[in-house]
Amino acid sequence: MSSSLYLRFWVPWVFSALIFGSSILPSHADALAEIRQLGVLRWGADAEGGAPYVFHEPAAPDKLTGFEADLAEALAARLGLRAQMTQENWDMLVPALKQSSFDIILNGLERTVENSSRVDLTRPYLVYQQQLVTLAYKTNVHSLKDLAGQSVGVLSGSVSLKVLQEHPEITARIYQGNAETFRDLKVGRLSAVIVDSPVAAFFAKPDPTLRLAGDGFAVGFYAIGVPLGETALRKAIDDALVQLLADGTLERIYQHYGLWGPEQEQLRTFHEESVTKAAPLSFGAEAGRYLPLLLRASLTTIGLTLAGMTVAVAVGLAVVMSRLHGPKPLQWAAIAYTEIMRGTPLLIQLYFIYYGLAQQLGLRLSEYLAAILALGLNYAANEAENYRAGFAAIPKGQWEAAAALGMGRWLTIRRIILPQAFRLVLPPMSNDLIAMFKDSSIVSVIAIVELTKEYQIRANDTGDYLGLGLLTAGLYFGMSYAASLAMQRWERILNHDRR
Amino acid sequence: MIAVNQLTKSFGVTSVLKGVTLNQAGGTVVSLIGPSGCGKSTFLRCINRLETPDGGTIHLEGQLVTSESGESSRADEARRQRARSRTGMVFQSFNLFPHLTVLENILEAPLRVQKRPRQEVEHEAIQLLRKVGLENRRDFYPSALSGGQQQRVAIARALATKPALLLMDEPTSALDPEMREEVLRVIRGLREEGMTMMIVTHEMELARMAADQVFFFDGGLVAESGPPETVFNAPRFERTRDFLRSLGSR
Repeated sequence: MSSSLYLRFWVPWVFSALIFGSSILPSHADALAEIRQLGVLRWGADAEGGAPYVFHEPAAPDKLTGFEADLAEALAARLGLRAQMTQENWDMLVPALKQSSFDIILNGLERTVENSSRVDLTRPYLVYQQQLVTLAYKTNVHSLKDLAGQSVGVLSGSVSLKVLQEHPEITARIYQGNAETFRDLKVGRLSAVIVDSPVAAFFAKPDPTLRLAGDGFAVGFYAIGVPLGETALRKAIDDALVQLLADGTLERIYQHYGLWGPEQEQLRTFHEESVTKAAPLSFGAEAGRYLPLLLRASLTTIGLTLAGMTVAVAVGLAVVMSRLHGPKPLQWAAIAYTEIMRGTPLLIQLYFIYYGLAQQLGLRLSEYLAAILALGLNYAANEAENYRAGFAAIPKGQWEAAAALGMGRWLTIRRIILPQAFRLVLPPMSNDLIAMFKDSSIVSVIAIVELTKEYQIRANDTGDYLGLGLLTAGLYFGMSYAASLAMQRWERILNHDRR
Repeated sequence: MIAVNQLTKSFGVTSVLKGVTLNQAGGTVVSLIGPSGCGKSTFLRCINRLETPDGGTIHLEGQLVTSESGESSRADEARRQRARSRTGMVFQSFNLFPHLTVLENILEAPLRVQKRPRQEVEHEAIQLLRKVGLENRRDFYPSALSGGQQQRVAIARALATKPALLLMDEPTSALDPEMREEVLRVIRGLREEGMTMMIVTHEMELARMAADQVFFFDGGLVAESGPPETVFNAPRFERTRDFLRSLGSR
């Protein structure tokens, strides 16, 4: 089930891992010439919760806005091209660049050693800092030192995460988007968030419930990413950026979004040498070092799945009992539950349970509880249908024999029907268990680091998408296969009478 | 012992029982015969309330086990429970519980419905198994038994609750001839012990050997009844004669 989710979360990774694997051989095609021929500069960015970088205007949702949207327009105009944005998850931008669905990355890409080893970076177009943001009333928080033992939210794959990784005393919660970090900060699940200064300027400064804690730190540069070896394209963009800076276009754009400050003067004095290039990592080089981390994340995946499946079985049983043997209203409720839960996406159910309940009802579930409930309640609909089929497969004569012996309905169900139905539904249950191992990767959207998320983080750190990807896939396969063997064994035990 | 008066039952628009009256004395064996669809099985299933009759009454050991009009569903449930606690039933297809051993099949109702002590019922169960000749199969699962053995276990299971009346719905129809003989032997033994039995059957041998009285059902009514020698050797009605002839030709 939920194979679409599975596809959505896994396929891009494996795909990009393969592509990265093949990209070890540099391509010598001239991207700039191709772009000029088409007349379109396709820039990759994540407009989902992407303010103030690039986002859909609330008043006109089909129109893009943000300082990077403006910059892309200006840049393309300067190059005699038309700008066209391509949507991609932010932490997927670097691995996806080679898929050629877009030509450049223009979306808060930091000039870091890691990034520069995977894409070629232009000169910077914005100077940014890390900014700690907390709730307005938490006036005693001034820096990370004040947050030991507390939870702090950061964006997946960001420099903010790297900053936090140097503070093991702080619990890092890793999010897919800035909007979610602020949401959890406001409902009280986080003590603070670390964001890039443009985010802080846009979200936190105008919000009276939030406060910028302390000054910015860890100055960094945003640069445009072009595919490795595309020197002509990079030079053309570099030249265009210099011109946009010189003629005041950049300043005008940044002023509009409240981002211009004296620190941006560094853009003028920037020299290429100030970032050293890390040697590109080869396939599998980091696998051994990261195995323990991935194994630990596997435990999270296994724990979530086993707990989720327990909820699914218990709720599924309750639902099928209500449907088959409950009074009329309960039967209707059971049917409605089944249809709604299997007819709506797990992702939305997860958001509803984690964010919806917290915001609307003040029911602040922990991320793990929310994840287990979402997985369990979603799969319960499947389990209920499995069990219904299992019950239907028990011959009527079994009910009659039990009734003739004076056994009541519930005694018959418990002693005669359930044990026989259970072994019939074990194979489909095994299926669901294995599916849940993989579906559980979706809970990374509520900032749980399970196996897939750990892989994403480490692959981003190291650039070893293929090696770590194979390792991660192997771990998934290992747990699925182990589950399959265990269920088969259980099946054999339950079928002792049929030997 | 059992008194059935004007029993009626319909399934939808099909009237299956059209007012059946039947009395059986304790310690006797009656057999119900008749063509398919004549209502004999439905009648049997009304006795232990696997089917709920539409009208008429059934008294078991002097107590009413059918619902009285205007009665609460709870009171009806109590009557149904009484019918089931005082009867045992043997099915054509055995209906043993496949996930339980022979012994567990027999113990299930005495332990969990009657809530009697395990030691006592286990002792009785083993005696019952000896009676049906299967004491060495107590830990087998039903799937490991032949049809005849399964049916003998089913009889032991039905007797384990100490019913006053044993209902048998075509107990030998699903069996090969030699297995049929095993089961007939058990039924004969029960008859000699004075067990009260009501047997629905197609089989002449079973109807003839076991019964004190034979009831010939036809079209939802008892067409003819009497001692087996009368019904079988000198049937009064044409329908009975036709039916017996059709059996003889099989």
